[in-house]
Amino acid sequence: MQEEQQPEQYTFDFHKETAEISAGSSDELKLKLGEFAGPLDLLLFLIRQEQANIFDIPIAKITDEYVKYIRLMKSLDIAVAADFLVMAATLIEIKSKMLLPRDPSAPEEEEMDDPRKELVDRLLEYEKFKAAAGMLHEKTTVEQAVFQRGKIESDDSNAEINASVFDIITVFQKILLRHRDEIKMEIAREEISLSDMIKTLKRRIFEETELNILAFFEEMHSKRELVTAFIAVLEIVRTESVKLIQKKTFGEIILKAVTNGTGN
Amino acid sequence: MEPETEIETEIEAEVETDAETEVEAEIETKAEAEVEAEIEAAPERQSARGMAELVAIVEALIFVADEPITTKLLAEVLEEDRDAIDAAVTELQKEYEGRESGLQIREIAGGWQLATRTELHEDVRKFLKTRPSAKLSLASLETLAVIAYKQPVTVPEILEIRGVQSASAIKTLLEKRLIVTKGHKETVGRPMQYGTSKEFLIQFGLKDLTELPSIEDFEDLAG
Repeated sequence: MQEEQQPEQYTFDFHKETAEISAGSSDELKLKLGEFAGPLDLLLFLIRQEQANIFDIPIAKITDEYVKYIRLMKSLDIAVAADFLVMAATLIEIKSKMLLPRDPSAPEEEEMDDPRKELVDRLLEYEKFKAAAGMLHEKTTVEQAVFQRGKIESDDSNAEINASVFDIITVFQKILLRHRDEIKMEIAREEISLSDMIKTLKRRIFEETELNILAFFEEMHSKRELVTAFIAVLEIVRTESVKLIQKKTFGEIILKAVTNGTGN
Repeated sequence: MEPETEIETEIEAEVETDAETEVEAEIETKAEAEVEAEIEAAPERQSARGMAELVAIVEALIFVADEPITTKLLAEVLEEDRDAIDAAVTELQKEYEGRESGLQIREIAGGWQLATRTELHEDVRKFLKTRPSAKLSLASLETLAVIAYKQPVTVPEILEIRGVQSASAIKTLLEKRLIVTKGHKETVGRPMQYGTSKEFLIQFGLKDLTELPSIEDFEDLAG
């Protein structure tokens, strides 16, 4: 379904007819065709357009009209949903059944079921829910005219209190994901050992005095390197005179060398 | 002798406080009586709080509650019986209506909610700089209508009525928390069943599902 894929794209008004195909440009037509919520919706529109009685649908005419619309949708590059095609098949089946002469051997008294009956029942049932959808639309419209106060801050709604290590893992996973393509090249690369990584990290920290931990992770080429780097950071914070600084909550994490034990 | 004197003073102070409280209580009761006399409809009840006080507290709690707050919850928090709470809410509603307040106490999703009056939406929107928008697509609204009336309902049952696949509409409705899963149906393939949520009642301004018009009422409108 077109409009189901991008539900927010279409605006509609229940008070006007769902679709009036009087479009001048093909773009406009395209949009209007997209407004049909399904094959039953299209069928109802066609019946109304023909001003036909729903209990006595001129099936040949409606089938022709229906197929015409499907063709039109195709010519306008609208992906016709399978459900629309199923309905076309159903219509053609009913049409052919009605064209067939009655079995002369069938007993006279036995009323032949109208082949349209099932379709009419479905249309009537659908129409009720279409009207109910209109009612719901009106209810939200009214409801949109009523406003409540905004959120009051409480322990539950306070993000700072709710923040956890989980957030950090999420960031780490994002980086892992970004590096997924490069993992394929892992075989060609020389593995870096933890001790080498610690050495590199130490050199970088003392050269640059401040090292953004995220930027450092970004430099890694593979998942393995990234994990090694992560362990190296943990190790260096534990053993060396290096501090982890976070200037503000949820801010970037920075590695800083501690000089002469004065600290920060 | 000093300690004794202290004790004496303390006792005296206590007595004084008691007397004061009594006097205050008397004054309060008088005030209460007056208020209650004004409110003719106020029923009899046994409560530590006066009606005016209870109305004020109920108003405060309805104001701070993030979601419509139920009579049951109010009764639990305030340790009052539900009749007393309902009486207080009714009184509060009368007060708001009586002075043509810009706010109203509404019954939504089985609870009480403080909200602006519908008529004032233009000015409220002007201040908030918001516009009314069609929140749901036609397909989503239709799917929601089927779920609301047929719940608990499965995807194949929705397809049967709408004649079209509703997967993305269902996804949208789940994301907007308007519908919830209601377990599996014990049939072939054990399909998931869906029903409307409390959020649905809130967003559509309904007390409960019975407030929806009967689906048969749409028969006359259709056709």
